[in-house]
Amino acid sequence: MPDEIKNILFCGVGGQGILLCSEVVAYALMQEGYDIKKSEVHGMAQRGGAVEAYLRYGSRVYSPLVEPGSVDFVVGLELMEPLRYTSLYSEKTKVILNTQKVPTIGISTGIETYPENPVGTLRGLGLEVYPVDAFEICTELGEPRAVNMVMVGALSWFLPVKVRTVEEVIRWRLPEKLHRVNLRAFREGRRALRK
Amino acid sequence: MRFRDLNRKLLLSGNEAIALGAYEASVRVATAYPGTPSTEILEALTQYEDIYTEWSVNEKVALEVSLGASIGGVRAMSSMKHVGLNVAADPLFTAAYTGIRGGLVIVTADDPEMHSSQNAQDNRNYAPFARVPMLEPSDPQEAKEFTKLAFSISETFDIPVLVRTTTRLSHVSGIVIPSSRRQRPRVRPSIERMPQKFVMLPVHARQRRQALEDRLSRLREFSETFKGHRIHRGSREIGIITSGVSYNYVMEALPEASVLKLGLIYPLPETLIRRFASRVRRLYVVEELDPYLETQIKAMGIDCTGKEIIPSQGELNPAKVRSAITGKNRKVFPSVEVPKRPPVLCPGCPHRGIFYAISRLGVFVSGDIGCYTLAALPPLRAMDTCVCMGASIGMGFGIEKGLGRKAHGKVVSVIGESTFIHSGITHIVNMVYNGSTSTVVILDNRVTAMTGHQPNPVTGLTAKGEPTVELDLEALLRGIGVEHVHVINPHDIEDAYRVLKRELKRKALSVVISKAPCALLPEVRKAKRPAYEVISEECRGCRACLKIGCPAIWWVPEDNKKKGKARIQAYLCNGCGECEALCRFGAIVVSDAR
Ligand SMILES: Cc1ncc(C[n+]2csc(CCOP(=O)(O)OP(=O)(O)O)c2C)c(N)n1
Repeated sequence: MPDEIKNILFCGVGGQGILLCSEVVAYALMQEGYDIKKSEVHGMAQRGGAVEAYLRYGSRVYSPLVEPGSVDFVVGLELMEPLRYTSLYSEKTKVILNTQKVPTIGISTGIETYPENPVGTLRGLGLEVYPVDAFEICTELGEPRAVNMVMVGALSWFLPVKVRTVEEVIRWRLPEKLHRVNLRAFREGRRALRK
Repeated sequence: MRFRDLNRKLLLSGNEAIALGAYEASVRVATAYPGTPSTEILEALTQYEDIYTEWSVNEKVALEVSLGASIGGVRAMSSMKHVGLNVAADPLFTAAYTGIRGGLVIVTADDPEMHSSQNAQDNRNYAPFARVPMLEPSDPQEAKEFTKLAFSISETFDIPVLVRTTTRLSHVSGIVIPSSRRQRPRVRPSIERMPQKFVMLPVHARQRRQALEDRLSRLREFSETFKGHRIHRGSREIGIITSGVSYNYVMEALPEASVLKLGLIYPLPETLIRRFASRVRRLYVVEELDPYLETQIKAMGIDCTGKEIIPSQGELNPAKVRSAITGKNRKVFPSVEVPKRPPVLCPGCPHRGIFYAISRLGVFVSGDIGCYTLAALPPLRAMDTCVCMGASIGMGFGIEKGLGRKAHGKVVSVIGESTFIHSGITHIVNMVYNGSTSTVVILDNRVTAMTGHQPNPVTGLTAKGEPTVELDLEALLRGIGVEHVHVINPHDIEDAYRVLKRELKRKALSVVISKAPCALLPEVRKAKRPAYEVISEECRGCRACLKIGCPAIWWVPEDNKKKGKARIQAYLCNGCGECEALCRFGAIVVSDAR
């Protein structure tokens, strides 16, 4: 029944908390009764490099890797990163996108320039794009590291998971002193897409 | 932590599942040297109080400690990345002869796509080479079950057992059901003197070689009915033989095919394979990397198709498998040009200053493996070789001996402290013994950083975080006969440059210890040094501060794009101060200073 499998791609920059982001979503889906395969890469790839994680859910999931043309949701924690993986998308792909820019080392040292209007490029390919100002939201909350939970909130809008379930997972997975800010980040992220 | 029970179901990575399997199998001793993608196995085992865990100084040491524990009659496991097994190959090959007492399991974690490795060797080949059985799980649940089976096979057949994973099992999470009971080992802990079994003098070794052949032929029979092999009866048109992660890709790409999934991949179940082959019209072998299964199946006289159509480089995925076998491809969406985002040294990383100083010396840099290998990339471009752990020092010495006076002062060998302890110390002994005038730099950042901050002998902490003796590198070097040892602070770039320049001229072996803690260590983060900033009016846009490639310093172009100014992102700056010294115009200052 491969048709019933849904595929999520998380992408961003090493250090943004992508792995925690995909883990919270994976646990929430598992709590709702789905089979899960979540794939990521550790080690060299994490030192500020491009990081991607795949999450697949359905009644029975074999492969941890997604196929070209099969990504349903892209969660971009950085503005240009979703451009890197377009070969995996189709017309049906939805992109949930943090508008925060993090330059590559080539860009920050002035050798290359940041791509112009990534949102426009993605829309030009016919994709549905949902921009979220996650960095601003978190700065207001006083915790810039909670960007990943804002994005979980935004993504949760599209997934068959109850708000309560995700909140339970956040409480279970994070140390208590971080509950408040991360739960707020999650709710703000969800609200950002409701508008 | 992650082993907590959510409705009796756990979401575990392959590595965590292997650790849980070892726990359920009552392992007593677990040893490892870190290496992606194997590291989290030992990390997960440190949470159990009744399991002795250690970060060994290298993989050979790890396996020898485990073998000793096994000889004492307890269950032991060593885990390592694929190239780690090269280092541990010496004890492995002979442990196959001696056999074991307590179950002995070795986990090898391969990296076919080289996400984080210097080569993509296929360690399945070690099984027939060392004559040791090998299990290959395909998902986390199986990883747990196979690890337990590995211990019982080891004890039943008196032999070490290899468990092979790859990145797409080690770092893939899936649902795992834990067992409520732990296995009881078959042997009891005791000291038994058994020289004919464990002293591999030629007379004994010849007997044990025969015994090994007998054990292997019993294992061949066992393999025929092994419950970890699985058959899916599908169409008779297409039959697929596969194992490990490739099985998942086959199941998704070709749901109609008949599939024989092998769990024990050495020794292979010949009769089972024959029976399966005779039932299908066309037989394919789907495996990553080498034609490991294919060659053996063809040697049985069975006709099959494999590497003619299945790629032998990199990871497979469902699309590659489908396209190879059915010729069908899904529509591919257009790609977009995007600037590359390679990994970089972190803001405040102590490797940055020392490599900037080295880059100014214009020398050949014999390099090694660790975070610091990133110094080979622009803008630092300060490394010329990287082959395997420890090789930097020996290769630098080889250039010195090969070129004689021509090379003097023109080569420097650079190695991280964990790598030095792993396999660099013997090189220094060799150089003292054979007379060297080289310069060696040890990058001592107090921790094994690249694989995610494992403690090592200079850290002063064990794998479980307990305090222990701190290795004194300076005393060690002096003790093995190095006369010229200098400790420098790499954040002081000018001083580092001066010392290196002086030592390169010296007509004697000299070792420079570049010592400053990794910027990500909690004590460095807590110290919260104030951030720096660029006073915009003072900045002339000369780009001198960009040469060190710090991710916290951003170039902000002005309208015409040629000119611009530097800006420091306060939220990224770690306050190391290296850039301050690079600015000739005094434009970089501590933020609070204004
Ligand atoms: C035989 C072998 N074992 C393990 C590894 C993985 N590995 C490469 S370098 C390294 C250690 C790096 O630590 P260190 O030398 O202290 O440098 P750092 O990353 O801290 O800068 C490890 C574990 C490997 N490449 N080869």
